[in-house]
Amino acid sequence: MNRTDFMKYYSRLEKGSISRRDFMKLTGLGYAAAVVAACAPATGGASAPVAAANLGTRLELTTWPNYHNLENFEAFTKKTGVNINTSIFGSNEEMLAKLQAGGTGWDVFVPTNYTISTYVKLGLIEPLDLSRLPNFDQASYEARFLAESKVAGDNSLYAIPKNWGSTGYIVRSSKVSEKMTSWKDFFDMTMDKYSGKTTIHDYQMTSIGNALKYFGYSFNSVAPNELAKAEQLLLDVKPHLFAITSDYQPPVRNGDAYIAMAWTGDALQVKRDLPDTEYVIGTEGGEIWEDNWALVKDAPHKDAAYAFLNFMLEPKIGAEETNGHGYPQVDARATALLPDKMKNDPIMYPAQQLLTPLEFGAAVCLTDPNRAELWARVKSAA
Amino acid sequence: MSLPTFLLLAPATLWYLLLLVAPLVIVAVFSFGARAPEGGYAPAFTFEQYSNLPTRITPFINTLKLASLGTFFGVLIAYPLAYFLATRATARLKSILVALIIVPFWTSFLIRTYAWVTIMSSRGIPAILIRLGLVNELVLLNTPFAIVLGIVYNYLPLMTFPIYVSLERLDKRLLEASKDLGANQLGTFLQITLPLSASGLVTGSMLVFILLMGEYLIPALLGGGKIFFVGNALVDLFLQSRNWPFGSAVAMALNFIMLIIVSLYLWLTARLSGEQRQAVSLL
Repeated sequence: MNRTDFMKYYSRLEKGSISRRDFMKLTGLGYAAAVVAACAPATGGASAPVAAANLGTRLELTTWPNYHNLENFEAFTKKTGVNINTSIFGSNEEMLAKLQAGGTGWDVFVPTNYTISTYVKLGLIEPLDLSRLPNFDQASYEARFLAESKVAGDNSLYAIPKNWGSTGYIVRSSKVSEKMTSWKDFFDMTMDKYSGKTTIHDYQMTSIGNALKYFGYSFNSVAPNELAKAEQLLLDVKPHLFAITSDYQPPVRNGDAYIAMAWTGDALQVKRDLPDTEYVIGTEGGEIWEDNWALVKDAPHKDAAYAFLNFMLEPKIGAEETNGHGYPQVDARATALLPDKMKNDPIMYPAQQLLTPLEFGAAVCLTDPNRAELWARVKSAA
Repeated sequence: MSLPTFLLLAPATLWYLLLLVAPLVIVAVFSFGARAPEGGYAPAFTFEQYSNLPTRITPFINTLKLASLGTFFGVLIAYPLAYFLATRATARLKSILVALIIVPFWTSFLIRTYAWVTIMSSRGIPAILIRLGLVNELVLLNTPFAIVLGIVYNYLPLMTFPIYVSLERLDKRLLEASKDLGANQLGTFLQITLPLSASGLVTGSMLVFILLMGEYLIPALLGGGKIFFVGNALVDLFLQSRNWPFGSAVAMALNFIMLIIVSLYLWLTARLSGEQRQAVSLL
């Protein structure tokens, strides 16, 4: 179309002899606008691709630090026009506190196994509509993990296993000459030779749980006399700690901490840069855990949330997640796609005799007031 | 009250009622309640939360001790700086120095404090001192020292400017009179300058101290989760233990301490300004 033609159509539009839509079509402006919209970052409903017409443009995700492959998020946004707004949390207790207070506006969050039954009881999550998650294949999930995403006496699935892992500790073998194998080693060495060089989680579940393991008690104990001993141990250890923090990668990388209570993926991430990193699972046992994709019951962007979950459940996407953060997949289809080096990694897949004594966190640890009080007391102590 | 007066006062009153009085009332009511089984608040009337307060004595002591230390060292650094700005610096130098004090504060408080984590970590200042052979081993981060340093650094302008203003307003003729009457420089400083800048000193100190009573970020980042202020203990009570009633009782106790401190401040400034008026009227 040349200039004269364009002006001719334009004057016809002005006079009202053709409609605006016809004008756009005839001049090609409509097509140009569509191209521009498709290229522009999705910020408003108008620019979202047609396929995602009902998904809206926003999704609120609440999750843990260093826990996603951001390229997957970008791919989702590109595909659907839905932008993901991420909030990072430090503990399940904090997530629950926010959801209990209400008005969070969250859509998707990633609670750990032991919190699911409490969320169900408080009516904060509801069974997932599996018909909206065609990428989910129940058969490729180990039953023991799926069981953690359900509640007793109810076969509905309230959440879908995302990743699993263990809670052990990192040791920098170039700085620590002793061979460390147990939680007893962990706490004894901290109070002795490596005073000031250790960090523990700022998280009641694991810090109390592993102190309980020191005495050989259950990771999930709520027995008052056992908790009292764990509290005394934590109080004795406290002056010898470098820090109480769940963000322990910086002190380990800076060389401030030689020993750090750690989760699978963090250990793997640190080892990529510091090859002398060893990951120890206490011989007494400790925690095996599983995080879940869950939808908040009154999620404001529910359609987008289902679309996001379905996207993340694609095996290829799951495998890319693990490539990024180093936490094992629960979905066997995703695990199959991992590089062999990862499939044989002893941090991700520890020997069976180390895994056997591990316990899943129990719901009672979240709701038992003594455990929650104990941890706040330890942290407030001198 | 006329309509325009009413309309002009309405926004401030509403603000005050909704965002100060109402939350305070809620906190007061909660502090007599009980912890709900799953956490949160359950209606009750009990003094249990208040009788539990002694278990949180350490955060209160930490707050009062480290806030006092931070304020004290803040004065030691801010006073000479303010004195130099007000009495010695040329107009040009003064504007440069004031800009140098203010400009860093255009960066977020969080980022500036986080920078100190790196500076004080073992790859920072300790590494330099060890290499120079001055110390064998040194841990700065996650110690009370780190917290006091963070306080002095972050609150320096708040301390400096009130002192600067009081020194700036000081009538220079008084200094000449003191000299004429035979006082040496130290005598003049102790008898004229210091008393007349006392109001600035008190205002600066109180401004810093009162804000420090609610401090959360500096101990959280530079204390490594080991050295708790009341603010940190409160966050844990609400977000970790989910014990709202006990958290409310701790908050009420903090409010009470603040009330005492503010009353003390008002009394001191009233006395000081009275003395100053007297001093001037005597002249």
